[in-house]
Amino acid sequence: MSISRRKFLGWMGVAGAGSLVGRSAKAAGNKHFTGHPESMGVLYDSTLCIGCRQCEAGCNQVNQLPPPEKPFDDLKVLDTTRRTDAKTYTVINRYTPATGDKPVFRKIQCNHCLEPACASACFVRAFTKTETGAVTYDASVCVGCRYCMVACPFEIPAYEYDAALDPEITKCTMCYPRVSKGLLPGCVDTCPMEALTFGKRDDLLKIAHERIRKYPDRYVDHVYGEKEMGGTSWLYLSGVPFKQVGMREDLGVTPAPSLTAGALGAVPMVVGLWPVLLTGVYAISKRKDKIEQQEKAAAVETAKEQTQSQADAKLTEALAQAEKDKDAAVEKAVAAALEEAARKQEEAAQKAEADSSASDDPASGDSGATPSEEES
Amino acid sequence: MSDHAATNGRPLLTPFNIVAGIIVVVGLILTVLRFTGGLAATTNLDDYNPWGLWIGFDLLVGVALAAGGYVTSAACYIFGMKRFHSAVRPAVLTGFLGYALVVVALHYDVGRPWRLPYPFIMQQGTTSLLFEVGACVALYLTVLFLECTPVAFEWLGWKKARALAVKMTMVLTIFGVILSTLHQSSLGALFLIAPSKLHPLWYSGYLPVYFFVSSIIAGLSMVIFEGTLSHRAFHDKMDAVHLEERDGVVLGFAKAASLVLAGYFFIKVVGISADNNWHYLGTGYGAWFLVEMIGFVMLPSILYAVGRRDKNIPLIKWTAAWTVLGVIVNRFNVSMIAFNYHLPASDRYFPHWMEIAISVFIVTVGVLIFRWIVTRMPIFYEHPDYQDSH
Repeated sequence: MSISRRKFLGWMGVAGAGSLVGRSAKAAGNKHFTGHPESMGVLYDSTLCIGCRQCEAGCNQVNQLPPPEKPFDDLKVLDTTRRTDAKTYTVINRYTPATGDKPVFRKIQCNHCLEPACASACFVRAFTKTETGAVTYDASVCVGCRYCMVACPFEIPAYEYDAALDPEITKCTMCYPRVSKGLLPGCVDTCPMEALTFGKRDDLLKIAHERIRKYPDRYVDHVYGEKEMGGTSWLYLSGVPFKQVGMREDLGVTPAPSLTAGALGAVPMVVGLWPVLLTGVYAISKRKDKIEQQEKAAAVETAKEQTQSQADAKLTEALAQAEKDKDAAVEKAVAAALEEAARKQEEAAQKAEADSSASDDPASGDSGATPSEEES
Repeated sequence: MSDHAATNGRPLLTPFNIVAGIIVVVGLILTVLRFTGGLAATTNLDDYNPWGLWIGFDLLVGVALAAGGYVTSAACYIFGMKRFHSAVRPAVLTGFLGYALVVVALHYDVGRPWRLPYPFIMQQGTTSLLFEVGACVALYLTVLFLECTPVAFEWLGWKKARALAVKMTMVLTIFGVILSTLHQSSLGALFLIAPSKLHPLWYSGYLPVYFFVSSIIAGLSMVIFEGTLSHRAFHDKMDAVHLEERDGVVLGFAKAASLVLAGYFFIKVVGISADNNWHYLGTGYGAWFLVEMIGFVMLPSILYAVGRRDKNIPLIKWTAAWTVLGVIVNRFNVSMIAFNYHLPASDRYFPHWMEIAISVFIVTVGVLIFRWIVTRMPIFYEHPDYQDSH
């Protein structure tokens, strides 16, 4: 018992402390995290993108990903909508907007959230939001539970479903190794149209808003990623509503960790209060039992006493009755005996009289007088 | 008491055994396939749908339906309802087997199952609800195991060990309730992080509360439902006390389930009101939501109440089966049917037959182990050496 209890308290302590001082789960507070200072990002201006897929090729090359099924210069691939997968960190999709027939393009890759859902959801902390802004993944601890994929609002992480024993999560790293060496991310490096701009996120935001201000007819007045899910390191400009290029506008501005902070914060409360409540209930039910038993015992005692006194009373009464009955019986018996005696005497007298009348015996007159005296 | 009845002279090739045997063989073959070909070879999971039947059924439903253990032991030992005592052992055993099989099932689902202890021994991802689930399930499995030990000790005749284990009952029960509260609720809280993927009618800040309360419903109904099945199969194993208390357990649990269902209905309505999701009721998902709410929550609440009032045991038993189905429907809705509702039909998930077969295989293994234990150990009857010792 002592082991399981200690273990239990230990784990709950870890869980509780984690939710209180956790690195990204804000239990409460008036602070708003706006990203690591000086962290980098990429601005994608879809109005400049021509859908040439050079960024896909660059990404594939620098990350040493397996060669694609169809070559990167085959633009027929754009006829179908694609997503990131185990072999692809980024894809370009083509959309035909409602207004006008000119196709528009949109690049998909990890958005590198300021407060990533994947990192918050991972139970081995395989994801890290680095100081450069990149969200990196450590396969050496990954269990392969795929909760990060459930959590990601942008549906970015992919999984090696073919691997039987060593599947990994795959996603864009914002070329963390290259950026650390002072190089540009692969996709940014290969873009021939300068649709991709790499720089400090704060600067990119200024550039984006400046472009909107300068060319209000060219852009939708919104920088996607500035506030979505608490903000992302990748930022987007578009000439058509983002919804029309497959980007969700209903994600909200709440960072993912805030969504679970309340539930995590309740854990130590349950751990602290449930034992109190439950032992309380147990004590009440036990006390109820005890009182019930006491009352039962008391009732039995009372009943016993009552029965006893009732019995006593009955006995006394019965005794008195018996006494009375006895007296009456004696009296009755005496009376009956006397009566019998008198009757016999009378009979004897009559007999004597009859005899004397027959033999003329004078003694019969005396014997007749005696019973009548006694009777009176 | 009547040890000889079931083990002696029972033919091996009963229809049940044949079907179970086939399922086990198929399951073992698919197990090999899973661990050689990966998830791609055995499942319909993809990058949009990382969680399927093995999470939706094996984990979410499995844990919910194994709630009978903590519900029954809490009712008997903490709330002092001693008349439910004979129901505790079957419920705790079912709970233990349920959780053990949940852990087995997870080995199929995760990529590198031998790393399952990593969150505890390598790096603690304490901001993850899954960490809470993992920690609590691991601890609760230990608690359930310890709660089951008196049965094994009685069977083995280890009196001292049994006496020690029985002394821990109260502490274990309280731990069990705390751990169950935490992980039942955190299974619901897993989905809190994905408001953009789960349909608003099912997504709510109250999800953890919903999962916890519905686990009580599941636990109560499972005790009735599973008791019904056990009565058919193991009637000869049950002693007079068990049989005598049986109707009382059914009536008492029906009353409790009716009340909890009513409360659950109320808090679900509160959730819809709080997020003002009324307008979704007019959609297709809304109709399905109403089926769940009226058909699987309100209806059983009423039927349980009627069954309790009229002492209609058959009605209660059918209601219990229906309610268990309702809990399955709810977990499926949250994890699969209403999850990824925003995706086009072509990107949605439907389980592969092999996923279903593995789930059936795992349930079958559970039933077989349950049968093995109850035909040998004092589950449905009190061991003659330890009567009146509780």
